Amino acid sequence: MSRETNGTMHARNVQRLTAAQRIGKALSLSGTYLFLLLMALIVLFPFYWMLISSLKTLEEYRLSTPTFWPRMIMLSNYLDAFTTASLGRLFLNTMYVGLVSTLLSLVITILTAFAFARLEFRGKETLFALLLATMMIPGELFTITNYSTVTNLGWINTYTVLIVPFLVSVFYIYLLRQNFLQIPNELYLAAKVDGTSDWKYLWKVMVPLSLPTLISITILKMMGAWNSYIWPRLVANDEAHRMITNGLRNAFTETTGDVNYPVQMAAVALVSAPLFLVFVFLRKYIMSGVSRSGIKG
Amino acid sequence: MKIVLENLTKVFPSRNKKTGEEVVAVNNFTFTIPDGKLIGLLGPSGCGKSTTLYMISGLQKPTSGKIYFGEDDVTELSTENRGIGLVFQNYALYPHMTVKQNILFPLQNLKGQDKMSKDAMLERAYEAARLVQIEELMDRKPSELSGGQQQRVAIARALVKMPRVLLLDEPLSNLDARLRLQTREEIRRIQKETGITTVFVTHDQEEAMSISDLIVVMKKGVVQQIGKPQEVYDSPANLFVAKFLGTPPINVFEGRVRGEKLFIGSDGVLDVKGVPDRDVIVGIRPEGFVLDENGPMRCKPSNVEVMGRDVSVVSTHEASLNPQVRSIINADHRVDASAGEVRYTLKPHKVFLFDKDTEERILPEEA
Amino acid sequence: MVDSKQQWKAWLYLAPALVLLMVFTVWPIVNTVRMAFLENYSGLKAAGGAVFQFGLGNFQKVIGYRRFVSCLKNTVLLCLLTVPISTILALLIAVALNSIKPLQKALQTIFFLPYVTNSIAIGMVFAAMFNIVGSFYGTQNEIIVTAGIVNNVIQFFGGKPINWINYGSTYEANLLVMTVYIVWNALPFKILVLLGGLQSINKQYYDAAKVDGTSRRRIFTRITVPLLSPMLAYVVITGFIGGFKEYTSIVGIFGEKMGPPDDAGRLNTMVGFIYDALSTNSQGRASAAALILFAIILVVTMINMQVSKKRVHY
Repeated sequence: MSRETNGTMHARNVQRLTAAQRIGKALSLSGTYLFLLLMALIVLFPFYWMLISSLKTLEEYRLSTPTFWPRMIMLSNYLDAFTTASLGRLFLNTMYVGLVSTLLSLVITILTAFAFARLEFRGKETLFALLLATMMIPGELFTITNYSTVTNLGWINTYTVLIVPFLVSVFYIYLLRQNFLQIPNELYLAAKVDGTSDWKYLWKVMVPLSLPTLISITILKMMGAWNSYIWPRLVANDEAHRMITNGLRNAFTETTGDVNYPVQMAAVALVSAPLFLVFVFLRKYIMSGVSRSGIKG
Repeated sequence: MKIVLENLTKVFPSRNKKTGEEVVAVNNFTFTIPDGKLIGLLGPSGCGKSTTLYMISGLQKPTSGKIYFGEDDVTELSTENRGIGLVFQNYALYPHMTVKQNILFPLQNLKGQDKMSKDAMLERAYEAARLVQIEELMDRKPSELSGGQQQRVAIARALVKMPRVLLLDEPLSNLDARLRLQTREEIRRIQKETGITTVFVTHDQEEAMSISDLIVVMKKGVVQQIGKPQEVYDSPANLFVAKFLGTPPINVFEGRVRGEKLFIGSDGVLDVKGVPDRDVIVGIRPEGFVLDENGPMRCKPSNVEVMGRDVSVVSTHEASLNPQVRSIINADHRVDASAGEVRYTLKPHKVFLFDKDTEERILPEEA
Repeated sequence: MVDSKQQWKAWLYLAPALVLLMVFTVWPIVNTVRMAFLENYSGLKAAGGAVFQFGLGNFQKVIGYRRFVSCLKNTVLLCLLTVPISTILALLIAVALNSIKPLQKALQTIFFLPYVTNSIAIGMVFAAMFNIVGSFYGTQNEIIVTAGIVNNVIQFFGGKPINWINYGSTYEANLLVMTVYIVWNALPFKILVLLGGLQSINKQYYDAAKVDGTSRRRIFTRITVPLLSPMLAYVVITGFIGGFKEYTSIVGIFGEKMGPPDDAGRLNTMVGFIYDALSTNSQGRASAAALILFAIILVVTMINMQVSKKRVHY
């Protein structure tokens, strides 16, 4: 290695380089921000449009030159939306299904994850691998038979049909088992020495230590109930048991043409609101659960 | 090429917002690194040595002060325009590229008039690989290499673009003891062969002493002493430097000068001409002790460690500021650890007196 | 080692999950395969005591349907459009987010927002944005009252308004609207995963690249993308799996007609086909279609994994 070539930059004007690199940096930084802000605008725009449209009069909405802020704030659209789609009933139905199924699902998930994480039984690994394998199969494949099953059981148009078939989620079991496995074995052995039963250990030690995961599961499960559409439409689409998403779609079947959009947007905003509240307050849990799953709802 | 550091200062804003205390990582560092030398920046962790290195590299900007490469002021110049090679502590080899691709990478970045043909690049890469003796590893991935081999690849990658300055951040800290010894000789050889001005950072004084042309000892952002390793060892500027250099470390005692005689405890151990009466801190290198039945320095031996050529006598002394006093003497001597007392005379040039408050050296006086 | 008491207890803990899984997961797998291979199987007829012959008829029929082919085409087209676009866009956004300090958290939150939405509800918002109120061609007595905000924007920039989803709209326009919506919907998850991946890349690689004077483009293509390749593979694979199951986003925009008013079912997908077959009590055909869907997903996933094995670098 000779040192002759080392002089390449001697010839260059250090000062000019310094200035150029400063300008280049400023340019690329402002480019980055411009891109991000533009994308953020695109991401946010539908929400903005939903909100301002929901506050407009139908006449204002139909103007050929759109207004970007309502001239007259029509809160009555929300009242109309609430009554047209009978959102009250739908809210209650969905909350009921969401809460009951979340609670039962949590219990089942905890018991199963505990057995796979802590208890010894023959065929444990094989069984767990089989469970994981079922995650590969698209849900539609189950739906076909489940539809017949619940029909034969006489569950059509009941709350049961909305709750029971989806109580077991292999993904949640997997998630919680991983969390349980991280709890040091010594804790379990110490509890054994103290004469603590498995049952007590599970509820007094493991469950409290896994609270963040359990909260993530709760939120995802509730969001799932809120957003579920296909299965409820199939098996419980009557007034008494209808879920919120189906109710919304049913109340506003027309998406194109001359629709009363302000009221429709008000309904959409009402349906979206609880999700946003959850997001604002529990973002951390959603994000940590989501980044491990790739499953929506 | 020489590097000039002029009043270099780096202040980090406080991490703790409440206390708001700033951290001065490097304080007013002025030094000219001569062309073609190997410089060791030495100090305990948090002394600012790595920050200094990163400021030379351009990855960090100084808060104040200037950096010159030769005559060029590069203080504001970004790192890619400085023409440096940097070897990271963890090597930072790209895990998805082969050794060859890693070494070629810097060359492929060249633009404009510096652009090279494929063949020329390959030739350069192999030249660099030969220099660090890894030609046979060119098609491996970093994960298939040992720590020492990764280190060599990192050096080759830094050298391949023929930098004006080579910077190494703790180059040996990730290697095991045997490899460390071997690699530091290697670094010395490569530096000699290329003649590139090289700065490396280490917390291991032995490492710095063994290969550097000059060492810079730092503490809490402030340069303590700069000099040739042997000079710094033989005449440490202050107690910190004296303690930091040397294995086993220097022995430190409380002492006092009375009537031009140095007393450690009740023993008058050494004549000190021209020093007025005062209390001092005494540093005695382990090799400064000479076994002598009638010697003035008396210690209580507790243990004798035979280390082949030498014997290390571990003893205690009432005035010692460390729990133990350690001396190293020739293995020809027999020392009985169960004896109640061992006596020494001291080699004057291995004894240093430091001011009790400032901890600056007062004897021997500055030449 | 394992005493029988513990065995017994473990199965007790597992019992609720296993019972439900047997009924709602294991039995459906067996039964779906069974129904798929029974010629013209129908739940109604089976209840009436009909006996079905074993055979491949359901598969042949399904593949022969023009509607099935169009569903397959829609699904594949949407996958091929949305997965690359959303992945590339998410990658760019994640890299940009990772390179800034002020506003990073706020922007990250905004980009995650579409995730917590109801596909049907926000689909209706998109429909409103693309919709045209009144007759597009103005041939009837109707007048154009509003062209929809998207068309307003296009006109503002001097373009011609397009009939996106209304009566008489083209397939291409429909597909474009669906692509926009699905990409918008798919971005948050991908950004989240990719940003997480970026933040776990050792910063020293970037310092090393900077020392070597690597240009931003080269840092992106030669360092960021290869080091991120495991995450990219994950995002692409889950993207394809989700894409092949696309259904509700189309319901969100076009309603259950799955197409513009004059061409119902034009944008129907594989999943939609299965449900249609189910609602006409043709369980045999629905099962066959579901198995075909499963096979496609399996093959695509395996191809993806093979490719990423070669491309994912470590």
